[in-house]
Amino acid sequence: MDLTSLFSIALGAILINNFIFAQFLGCCPFLGVSKKVDTAIGMGLAVTFVMGLASAVCWVVNEFLLVNPAIFGADGPNLAFMQTIAFILVIAALVQFVEMFLKKSVPSLYQALGIYLPLITTNCAVLGVVLLNVQNSYDFIESVVYGVTGGLGFLLAIFLFASVRERLEATMECPKAFEGFPIALVTAGLLALSFMGFSGLSVF
Amino acid sequence: MSDMNLVLFGLLVMGGLGLLFGAVLAFAARVFAVEVDPREEAIIGCLPGANCGGCGFPGCAGYAAAVVKGEAPVNRCAAGGGPVADQIAEIMGVSADAAVRMVAQVHCTGCGVDHQKYQYIGVEDCVAAARLPGGGPLGCDYGCLGMGSCEKVCPFDAIHVHSGVAKVDEDKCKACNQCVDICPRHIIALEPYKTKKHVTIPCSSHDKGPAVTKVCSNGCIGCALCAKSCPKEAITMVNNLAVIDYDKCVGCGICAQKCPRKLITVDGKVPEPKPAAPKAAPTAEAKTQE
Repeated sequence: MDLTSLFSIALGAILINNFIFAQFLGCCPFLGVSKKVDTAIGMGLAVTFVMGLASAVCWVVNEFLLVNPAIFGADGPNLAFMQTIAFILVIAALVQFVEMFLKKSVPSLYQALGIYLPLITTNCAVLGVVLLNVQNSYDFIESVVYGVTGGLGFLLAIFLFASVRERLEATMECPKAFEGFPIALVTAGLLALSFMGFSGLSVF
Repeated sequence: MSDMNLVLFGLLVMGGLGLLFGAVLAFAARVFAVEVDPREEAIIGCLPGANCGGCGFPGCAGYAAAVVKGEAPVNRCAAGGGPVADQIAEIMGVSADAAVRMVAQVHCTGCGVDHQKYQYIGVEDCVAAARLPGGGPLGCDYGCLGMGSCEKVCPFDAIHVHSGVAKVDEDKCKACNQCVDICPRHIIALEPYKTKKHVTIPCSSHDKGPAVTKVCSNGCIGCALCAKSCPKEAITMVNNLAVIDYDKCVGCGICAQKCPRKLITVDGKVPEPKPAAPKAAPTAEAKTQE
């Protein structure tokens, strides 16, 4: 395990292959919960949390139950074709569990993240990160790092976008036809374009 | 490995996972169960569930929790109106009329709109304008900027800017606090709404008399005549500004007749002085000018 590869994974997840701006995953919450900076940060933190956790749990499920299930003996079947559905199950259960846990143990955090957690259940960025972990054949630590930094990339994207949108709402006079959602989509496109500037970046 | 085996193992793994997670969740639901007041559930049940935020709480559940805690009156749901308020009152065991209805009041008459410090060209928004040097273009440091931040934020179309000053439509106002929160001058406040004999002092200026007269034609100059004349001692002077205590005010209107600036109104009007009063009014004015 060398730190350089972890760093390059982190940099890649946050800037170069940003989940929102380069891979276009998780666009629904990105557009839906970005009207105010406060709520956007809440959503970003919740996604980061769940992505990190899902990466860890899904790696275990994939490694020990799907790819080469040791429980069926050395000659076990390869169930890799069921990855998608198994991961959806894991994520849904995980989000439910986390929601219950937070409600009881950390009510203040639940107040902040609570309403966003159910939204994450079907967030394709979360499913995306665990499938990409498999595709890139990351080991456990790399998976977790990719999950957390992918979430941080999402946080960065939604924070930037919400800041721009708050300003747009208050100050910009735009043609009637562009008001509200259309101009938000144009803004998102321009932000994605600016993130293309990172595509040339490479580590070592 | 035959195909049949693959299907079998697939079923086993998925079924096992599902069962495991189901069991864990069922267990967690017991362990992490949070005691919820049954009244809260009942209140959520009779609320419209639109989560409009008109009550000033985060969604219907937030409002229900606040009602149960006793932090919110039972009649704050604007979307549900009277029928819902009655239902909640029944659950909570109180009368819906017990809570006094509040409405937002703008504490500025807007008579200072002609006294501008400078010409403002920019975003038509009070929050933006109030960040400029001098707190915006208005001569008075306390008055309504009249650019309609409150109008934009009002979810009920109940506040509008007329000739440079925001006015609340009392019938539409649901006291959701949105305008109170956004006003950069902090001149909007909730007041108990009385349909009869409602006395208001629509001014927020803490400046001294001469400074007020320079920038405004009827702002409060802090002469304290109203406070002295009030038979119920409902008016107090706070930093050169008269403030009404609505718990004490009976709406007699004596303060409104005494006010040399014709600022205080009863039901939106300055009451006609009674036959005995005219002599007193000029002397009062003369005294304040000294």
